[in-house]
Order: sequence, then C-alpha cells, then structure tokens
Amino acid sequence: MTWETVMGLEVHVELATKSKIFCSCTTEFGGEANTHCCPICTGMPGTLPVLNEKVLEFALKAGIALNCDITRYNKFDRKNYFYPDLPKAYQISQLYFPFAKNGKVEITTKSGEKKTIGIHEIHMEEDAGKLIHSPFGDATYADYNRCGVPLIEIVSEPDFRGSDEVIAYLEQVKSTLEYLGVSDCKMQEGSMRADVNLSVRPVGSKEFGTRTEMKNINSFKAIEHAIEFETKRQIELLESGGRVVQQTRRWDDNKSKSYAMRSKENAQDYRYFPEPDIPPISVSEERLAALKAEQPELAGPKKLRYIEQFGLSDYHASIITLNKNIARIFEQTAELCGEPKEVCNWIIGNAMYLINERSMELGDVSLSPRVFAEFIKAITSGKINKSVGKTLFEVIFDSDDSFDIDKYIADNQLAVIDDDGAIYEVVQAIISANPQSVEQYKEGKTKVMAFFVGQCMRQLKGKANPDKVNKIIVEELAKQ
Amino acid sequence: MKITKETVSYVAELSRIKLGEEQTERMLGELSEIIDYMDILSGVDTEGVEPLSHVFSINNVVREDEVKPSYNRTILIENAPEHTEQSVVVPKTVE
Ligand SMILES: [Zn+2]
Repeated sequence: MTWETVMGLEVHVELATKSKIFCSCTTEFGGEANTHCCPICTGMPGTLPVLNEKVLEFALKAGIALNCDITRYNKFDRKNYFYPDLPKAYQISQLYFPFAKNGKVEITTKSGEKKTIGIHEIHMEEDAGKLIHSPFGDATYADYNRCGVPLIEIVSEPDFRGSDEVIAYLEQVKSTLEYLGVSDCKMQEGSMRADVNLSVRPVGSKEFGTRTEMKNINSFKAIEHAIEFETKRQIELLESGGRVVQQTRRWDDNKSKSYAMRSKENAQDYRYFPEPDIPPISVSEERLAALKAEQPELAGPKKLRYIEQFGLSDYHASIITLNKNIARIFEQTAELCGEPKEVCNWIIGNAMYLINERSMELGDVSLSPRVFAEFIKAITSGKINKSVGKTLFEVIFDSDDSFDIDKYIADNQLAVIDDDGAIYEVVQAIISANPQSVEQYKEGKTKVMAFFVGQCMRQLKGKANPDKVNKIIVEELAKQ
Repeated sequence: MKITKETVSYVAELSRIKLGEEQTERMLGELSEIIDYMDILSGVDTEGVEPLSHVFSINNVVREDEVKPSYNRTILIENAPEHTEQSVVVPKTVE
C-alpha cells in the first residue's frame, strides 16, 4: 500500500518586546535563575496582570502579514495544567476568541513546487519557565525567567504532505516575522519552536489517521529527521496490523528517536475558562488600517523588485530576500559598488557556505556593505583574482566596518601579479625541474598541463591570472 | 451536574493531589454542595440573551512596554517548600 503523510504545525514564536506580556520584568535571554521575576509572573495570589500594548501590536502585525482575518474582539482564557514550570498552575492563553483566524502562507518548496498552507488561527499567550534536572539525584530546579515572555502560537491547517513543505513554510513564517521585527525567530535559543502533528493514511483516503504530536524540535534538520522517523514508525505499525495511539512524543535529536511522553487519552484536560483579570481587546478599523500602512516590504514583493531592479534570477532573488539582514547587506552593497550580480554570487556561493559551516543565524551576519563593496571592486577591476578572493572573503566576513581592504591587500601582497617577467621565471624553473613531465607532455599526454599549472600557481601563491599562466606554460613547453 | 467519586478522583489527579478514602468522601460532599448551589443559575431563563464573556464593560486595558526592576529573588522563593539560593526545588519531572 502507498501511504500519504498528513501534517499540521503549531509554531510558537517569542515576541521581541522589552518587557514580559503581563508584567514589567525584562524578557532578556539568559540571566541568573529567577532574577527576571516578580510576584505577577511567579503567580503570587492577589496580583493583577496587565497586557503589554507592544505584544498586541506585534501580534496584530504578524496576523496581518500572514494574511489572517483579524478579529475585532479578542480575549484571554485560562488553560489549566499542573506542572512545575508554570507557577500559576494555568497559562494565560486565548481559546474562544483568538485575535487572528483564516490566514494563509504561499510556499515554494526546494523542488520549486508552489502551494498554499492555511493558518487556522493565531493566539497570544505566555511562555512557561524552564526546569533544570539535576544530573545527580532526583532534584529538579525551576527557573522562572522565561515565565510570562510573550508568545504567539500559529496553528496551521493539516495541509502539509511532506517535510519539504514544512521546512518551506517555517522559512517563510520566520522570514516574515523577521521583516516585521516582531521576533528574532532564533530556533537555537528557543524563540521559535515547532510542534508537528502527524498521521498517515492510504493514498486517496479522505479520512485522517490517528495522529501523534511531536514536541521539542528546535532545528530545521531535526524537524526533517523527526518527520521521517515518525512517518516510518506509523507505517510500520499499521502494516504489521497494529494501531497508532494518539499521544505526545518527544523528539530526541541526539538519538534520532522519538518516544511517548504522556498519553492524550488521560489527564490532558485543560478546563479552559475566561480569564477574569484581563478585560477584552477590541481592534478598530483605524488601527488595522494604520498597521497595514506601516507594514515593511516583505520577502515576496522584495524578490520581485530585485528581479526587476537588479536583474537577479528568480531562484537567486528568493535566496537573497528570504532573510531581512541578508537582503539589507545585498542591497546596500549592490548600490555602493554597482555590481548586483557579482554581490549576489559572492553571497550565495561564499557567505552561505560560511554560514552553514558555522551553523550561524542569517540574522547574525555582520558583513559590512562598505567593505564588501570595496572587495567586489577589487575583484571586478582585476586587482585580485577569484582564488585569492575566496580567502580574502573569509577575512572580510569576520571583519568590521573599519576594515581597510586596500591596506590588507598591500600588506599581504595579495594583488594580482601583473609582471609577466615574474611569471616566465616561475614557469621556466618548474619546467626545468620536471623533465619527466615535459617528456610526457611531448608524448601527447596533455593531462600533465594541469600539473604544470598547479605547480606554477602554487609558486605564485595563486595571485596570477590562471589563463595567462596557462598560455605562458604552453609557450615555454613548445620551446622544449 | 452530579459530582461522583470518580469526578473527585479525576480532579484530584489533574491537580496532582493525593486524596485518601476519607478525604475523597469529604470532598464529594463539599463539591456537591457547591455545584448544587451554583445550579440555581440553571433555572434562569436565558432565552435570547447574548452570552457574556467578561463582567466589566471596559476594553483595552494595556500598559507601555517598559522594563522595571524585577523582584528580590530571596523573597520570591522563600515560601517554596524547598529551595536553593537561586531556584525553587521541585520533584523530578522527567517522564
Ligand atoms: Zn514579572
């Protein structure tokens, strides 16, 4: 039987406000345990939570950009569960009247397929604390610094059929929220987290299979692995005559395995009821219109503009515009040096390589457009060649805005060797040092050319024009 | 709504509270009384009345996004049954 995977996503995103959602404690990441806490966020009796207006503003901006209907009236509810990461024993969330509904995100997968993913709803809520398990003995320590950090939870429709669609969607959502400046979406720091609901069914079936929910997945790679693992697990279970049990599973990326956390058939009763401490929120037409007018250029329209204005290909433009910071570096550099395609090639070929190699966040790249533009000019003017450029690019990638590229090229003698005499000298020396290879060349084994070019370029420290070196070698060999 | 022994045990389990046989009996009585009392409301004719989602008719009570110093940690955690200098200590929770 052929199976189809059906998935829905719940994405939690921490909003980049300065203070928490219902109190004035800082949202800053890290800090000594329990030093970003007060009676409100630790759930002391008699305290009154008051909504941070920036949370509402950021949430509304996200809802608008993700093409949702913004509800004119939204309010908070209490989601009750007893767990030590939650000192109030309930989380303030939104169940009955979330602030946004019926959104959609247009995605393009790696293979170029286009698809629309529906967003069921988005709601505001507060984050929980962190439990640190003692490696010795049975103690668990509770750190409530994250308690009350504002979140939005974006609940998708069950529209995903493969992990490539999931990744494309997450990239799109991340990109949009970064452009809006409402979240830094750092998966490594937990400011963007995804839960995957997954079930399988025979191809062509209209009914959904029993689903499981995987929590705690904090990188794109882990999400891909988790989906692959869970799909296989469910299919094997069904094909061997078993049944899938509805449950929450925790993904352990180190072991590449998921395991059951708690059974949904038991004790997952949140007993929601209206939050009495926080009055409802009404959103006026004027406010919505103003927020819409404020919306910055997002990846989609920016991509079209880059194709039009800078002549980039569709594929290159979509890579360059996905992240706000990368697009900024590209655009400023292109304007400074007037060579947009060259800038684009160095970003895609070299910057992206370094970013992947170092597992960096795109938002953390601090490459200076001024230095980058000087670098491009050094390349296009022929002052340095491409192979020296590759090494130099790594240097400018890590340098700051005060970096003097001309001085660096001079100090390290990286400029292209213009002096043909110097090249002739090196070529002649290599030829006379390798009589055997010269013989082979004469016998028609032209493959040894690569050997000569390699030797000469090494001697010239890669600073000569390879075409010129090639020409001089042929010329000198002919004389032998 | 009728409160049964099962309801009491279920609510106790959700709240992670261990109840003995005697306590369950007592809770059964107390909770039933409360629910029966609240049940008076079921007698009210609500035909054509819009459901109320909040008791006060005020909206949009918000504060500015401004950081203020947090609270003294020692005082915040001193009432926990068990704590260190930095953290509340809770029973092991890994499932
Ligand atoms: Zn607080």
